[in-house]
Amino acid sequence: MISAEQLLFFSLTLFVIGVFGLLVRRNLLFMLISIEIMLNAVAVLFVAAGSYHHNSDGQIMYLLILTLAASEVAVGLGLVIQMYRRTLSLDVDQLSKMHE
Amino acid sequence: MTSMLFYLAAGVAIIAALLTVTRHNAVHALLYLVITMLAISLIFFLFGAPFAAALQIIIYAGAIMVLFVFVTMMLHQGELSVKQESQLYRPAQSLGAILLSTILLFEVIYLLSPQAAVIITPDTRVVIGAKEIGLKLYTSYLLLVEIAALLLLTALIGAFHLGRRHQENSK
Repeated sequence: MISAEQLLFFSLTLFVIGVFGLLVRRNLLFMLISIEIMLNAVAVLFVAAGSYHHNSDGQIMYLLILTLAASEVAVGLGLVIQMYRRTLSLDVDQLSKMHE
Repeated sequence: MTSMLFYLAAGVAIIAALLTVTRHNAVHALLYLVITMLAISLIFFLFGAPFAAALQIIIYAGAIMVLFVFVTMMLHQGELSVKQESQLYRPAQSLGAILLSTILLFEVIYLLSPQAAVIITPDTRVVIGAKEIGLKLYTSYLLLVEIAALLLLTALIGAFHLGRRHQENSK
């Protein structure tokens, strides 16, 4: 049987990879992808905790995370398209002159 | 045996996630992201959450990935795209993805084979299926469903507003 610690470490590793991607990449699309990985790590943690306590609450929270991820991707990709139209690039450092 | 399958799927998920955040080409990164999602779905299945596993494939690997791929395709216009078209498909570039997804495929084939069904079939009380979730979701978590509906509506309006073409005279 899979122990809870293994799942915890797996989820933690995925989350750290997501944070790494978010901090290292300067492309808006890749930052969104990293956020997806982080959301997935949290989803794994919720479902694992739910199944560890034999409780379906974890999977209900997973459903909410799924909804959240779908909304986040829709709005985030809208922002990506809007940024590409205005700056013709996806480099977030270009947005530093937004105050002008 | 279950933990062996778990280690394989977790290894595939972590390697694919690492490759996702380090690729330079967005389409390659999305390819590895889909493999991460599939591996996570297999892990859900292994620890007794078949409903979550199905949703992970249908919504994450299906719907959300399609959105990402559409936007990526939309943004690669111009001479960069022409340059990419000339080297459209090189099998060597998809070798890693093929390898990782083949591992997952063999795991699924093993799980579906009759001799594995005897060894791996989880205890029925360990599995939390769709019925249990549905019963709880539409009784004690009814408010959550409405909040989720509101969230999706807000996202719909927000995405529609953000996706409009920018008017030049608004400056």
